[in-house]
Amino acid sequence: MISLKAVTKIYQSNRNPVKAVDQVDLEIQSGEIFGIIGYSGAGKSTLIRLLNGLEKPTEGSVNVAGKRIDRIKGKELRTARKEISMIFQHFNLLWSRTVRENIAFPLEIAGVAKSERLKRVDELIKLVGLEGKEDAYPSQLSGGQKQRVGIARALANNPKVLLCDEATSALDPQTTDSILDLLVDINKRMGLTIVLITHEMHVIRKICHRVAVMENGKIVEQGDVLTVFRNPQADITKRFVKQVTEPEETKETVEHLLDKYKKGKVVKLTFIGDRAEQPVISKLIRQFDVDVNILQGKISQTQNGSYGSLLIHIDGKEEKIKEAIEYIRNQQIEMEVIANG
Amino acid sequence: MAETFLPNVKWDKVLDAAYETVYMTGVSVAATFFLGIILGLLLFLTSKGNIWQNNVIHSIVAAIVNIFRSIPFIILIILLLPFTKAVVGTILGANAALPALIIGAAPFYARMVEIALREVDKGVIEAAKSMGATTSTIIFKVLIPESLPALVSGITVTAIALVGYTAMAGAIGAGGLGNLAYLEGFQRNHNDVTLVATILILIIVFLIQFIGDMITKSIDKR
Repeated sequence: MISLKAVTKIYQSNRNPVKAVDQVDLEIQSGEIFGIIGYSGAGKSTLIRLLNGLEKPTEGSVNVAGKRIDRIKGKELRTARKEISMIFQHFNLLWSRTVRENIAFPLEIAGVAKSERLKRVDELIKLVGLEGKEDAYPSQLSGGQKQRVGIARALANNPKVLLCDEATSALDPQTTDSILDLLVDINKRMGLTIVLITHEMHVIRKICHRVAVMENGKIVEQGDVLTVFRNPQADITKRFVKQVTEPEETKETVEHLLDKYKKGKVVKLTFIGDRAEQPVISKLIRQFDVDVNILQGKISQTQNGSYGSLLIHIDGKEEKIKEAIEYIRNQQIEMEVIANG
Repeated sequence: MAETFLPNVKWDKVLDAAYETVYMTGVSVAATFFLGIILGLLLFLTSKGNIWQNNVIHSIVAAIVNIFRSIPFIILIILLLPFTKAVVGTILGANAALPALIIGAAPFYARMVEIALREVDKGVIEAAKSMGATTSTIIFKVLIPESLPALVSGITVTAIALVGYTAMAGAIGAGGLGNLAYLEGFQRNHNDVTLVATILILIIVFLIQFIGDMITKSIDKR
């Protein structure tokens, strides 16, 4: 559905040119929810704007829904944009129009007749759950409701691709979740391809199938969300993964524990997919003569399975501990011995 | 009673003069609104980072606007006399004041339009582009509606300035309340006429401000 080949975007500012996107190759399949994560300044905003021609690449080719977005312009580009819609961090609604009129705007642009417009707008309002707010102005809506208007507006012309530019970054955690649920629902129901950029790993974890990590204009890592979570390669990816798998205070907790538990071993287990749902610990205690103390644990759901980490302290006779650890290894659970007592 | 306090006021003349003032203001405000928006749009759209970014056109329009905005109005009227004579056919009367009024006020208003357009959220323009909007759609369905309160309050200020300009134009033969105050009031030393003309001008100004504020308030949904 989307294919970028060796795409580079250079901004010519006074004297020193800025390379916002640097030799990016990207393939996004139809019906996929693809996340691009990076800190601000990584080039992800530029990258997503290359996909609908708001920015033109300096080099390389951009192919979206069968159109060479980097080449076409004028009427052809405007027509192509009706199939590639976009939602924004700050919603970008017209304050002078009501909810209904805002959603009707892209239909007016597409030249849809008025009676049909009204019908389509009503459908969309129902789809995003804004019944009763039809005649409200944006200033009368909450952030979450404004983004729902943005989503309805983006879906008006039945696009093939939806681009989300930090669509939840201005929302509180609860509202973020409800908007993400709506996106997943739309993706499943309409088979829409969604490309989103964010700086929150939580967003990637919750709805994306695949993820690309961006740093300094380059994609440093990409793959299935679960694979990237299990085995992050780049340092920046590891940092992002930590955002969701390890609570802030983990490091301090561990240091504190290492002082406390002089005997036995502190072990970190990482569960992927089905393994996360197996009663490994209770089996461990039953089969081996060891004491297991659960120090900290967390399981997160992603679109392609669950992912969890568990920090435990195993105590007992030395060979028993060894056997226990051997058992865990055989369960195909990723394991890391953090400290020996 | 009016005769005792205002012995020299001829009400039919006052009424005619008031009508002329309202006429000159009305026509020039309408033309200024139209012309100012065109010039303001041109200034905005050709400026850096906008749809028609073009340094040459922008500089030319900006120069014209600045020149006509800087010439004192009374001098502008005199400079425009040949032009007025050619266009209107006379240099006397209310219609003869119109070219100078419009040419004096439109550049002033164009700057206000430009500022109003610059205040329109860039993100909203980007959103419209991302939907495949043409430039004319962006102008008429995004830029103008989204800046309308500022455009209306701008034209209100300009209209009040134009009332003042009509009085000045009146002094050199355009008619209206300014002409009445100058000829009948000042030159004949009839202070009561000057007073009545002043009060009427004040009423016109207050009315314009009141109507402008009302419209601005009712269209601003932010």
